[in-house]
Amino acid sequence: MSEYLLEIQDVNASYGPIQALRGVSMNVREGEIVTLIGANGAGKSTLLMTIFGDPQASSGSIHYRGQEITHIPMHEISRLGIAQVPEGRRIFPGMSVEENLRMGTMPIGDTHQETDLQTMFAMFPRLKERRSQRAGTLSGGEQQMLAIGRALMSRPRLLLLDEPSLGLAPLIVRQILSSLRTIADQGTTIFLVEQNANHALKLADRGYVMVNGEIRLSGTGEELLANPEVRNAYLGGH
Amino acid sequence: MAGHAGILINSKSILLQKTFRCSTMESHILGQQLVNGLALGSIYGLIAVGYTMVYGIIGMINFAHGDIYMVAAYITAICIAVLSFFGINTVAIVLLITLAVTIFIIALYGWSIERVAYKPLRNSTRLAPLISAIGVSLILQNYVQVSQGARTQAVPTMIQGAFRFGSETDFFQITYIQTLLVVVSFLSMGILTWIIQKTSLGRQCRAVQQDRKMASLLGINTDRIISTVFIMGSSMAAVAGVLVTLNYGSFDFYIGFVTGIKAFTAAVLGGIGSLPGAMLGGIILGMSESLFSGLVNTDYKDVFAFSLLVLVLIFRPSGLLGKPAVEKV
Repeated sequence: MSEYLLEIQDVNASYGPIQALRGVSMNVREGEIVTLIGANGAGKSTLLMTIFGDPQASSGSIHYRGQEITHIPMHEISRLGIAQVPEGRRIFPGMSVEENLRMGTMPIGDTHQETDLQTMFAMFPRLKERRSQRAGTLSGGEQQMLAIGRALMSRPRLLLLDEPSLGLAPLIVRQILSSLRTIADQGTTIFLVEQNANHALKLADRGYVMVNGEIRLSGTGEELLANPEVRNAYLGGH
Repeated sequence: MAGHAGILINSKSILLQKTFRCSTMESHILGQQLVNGLALGSIYGLIAVGYTMVYGIIGMINFAHGDIYMVAAYITAICIAVLSFFGINTVAIVLLITLAVTIFIIALYGWSIERVAYKPLRNSTRLAPLISAIGVSLILQNYVQVSQGARTQAVPTMIQGAFRFGSETDFFQITYIQTLLVVVSFLSMGILTWIIQKTSLGRQCRAVQQDRKMASLLGINTDRIISTVFIMGSSMAAVAGVLVTLNYGSFDFYIGFVTGIKAFTAAVLGGIGSLPGAMLGGIILGMSESLFSGLVNTDYKDVFAFSLLVLVLIFRPSGLLGKPAVEKV
């Protein structure tokens, strides 16, 4: 067993002729909150999707709990205990809130479905109010809660989130981030991709900064928050 | 004067009688055509389900679907012949075995066609699988023509008799076989709807339909779900093939074409991608086609059916129950 829950080593990946990731190496330890920040188009979402094999890494390797997962088909990754809240939330708009949550249990089967459903409703009471409503009619914040709830339904050991704060009002962003804190405290390891560097770095134990498909900086949340380069590029320079 | 009046009254009563007669006759024709239309419409609906499900899940019009139905008709006939060769003549048993065997073989057809002709083209342009489907359609037609002959085939009528409504001379009837056809169609559609709406498998199908990549992220083997959808759609076409063969008794290698196009029309009419839409579209198309041929003109019934399609496409492009296509941003 390696010391890391997730270990990415020297990964290159591309979309056709465009190389999106260049020799990316990073890791996540069990129980940590790790964040990856970077500008639009830096390759953050690509890295999350590469963990799930689309696009597949053209070189380098990805290990999860010591097992190489670089070439495992996408639908088998979640069965290993990794769940993703993808870019744009991607809830199933035509399904009810409850059905969306039930979809989340696919990787582990239906054993815990009913209890976990109640846990999610307790964590996000708004979802309980709207349980039989079509998910496409939810507001952005509610959709984000639903996407997180759906991911948690598979009882993941590692939760990947892609910009959960995108397009949400500051109040909702704080709510979402505080629920991430709760989730982490309950023992789920979190790997958070964010453009909202300020919030993300405050929440995270460690962070990485990605620029043009490369990891430029890494350090603890405080270190990065204090770093002048980070402050200039992502925190508006004050 | 009196004489004149008498004639007038007489002629008036004859006129009255004529109108009355005429209207009762027409109401019986109307009733009969509605019954026929319902039977025809359920068949269209059953086949339309296959078009709409496949379109919903991989966004492709499976032009070979009508020919799947044609193959089902042949398998039905072969199955009935084999059973009678072994001396099995009890109608219920023959029907059940034929239905089961046909569904099984046709599901296998649907599954293999998807594997061989569509899956390798999953990531190519949208036109590629469409053309491949036309190819499969031609292959099926020719393969059946070569192996079974080009002549029209017939099966003996297995169930005779009818429920009659009306008087001795003016009546309309629902044959037992039509009753069976409508009942089995609605039952199959009911079962399918239940699977899609209530079971975990159905939820997976809907998930793949709504967002294939997300479904895959959640651990759904999308290739397997797509195969399942082909199996379900083909099974419905198999049921239609069995029922049509029992009802009309004759078929040839070419029946898949026109019926397929009609069922496709039904699917578009109801809103392609929508399951209840396919059933509704089938019934509406069958009924209106049947009424048109009964009350207006038989020769132009296809023209009427497709004009209906044109009107729907002009005034309600996403069909009766379909959702308008929204560009994803």
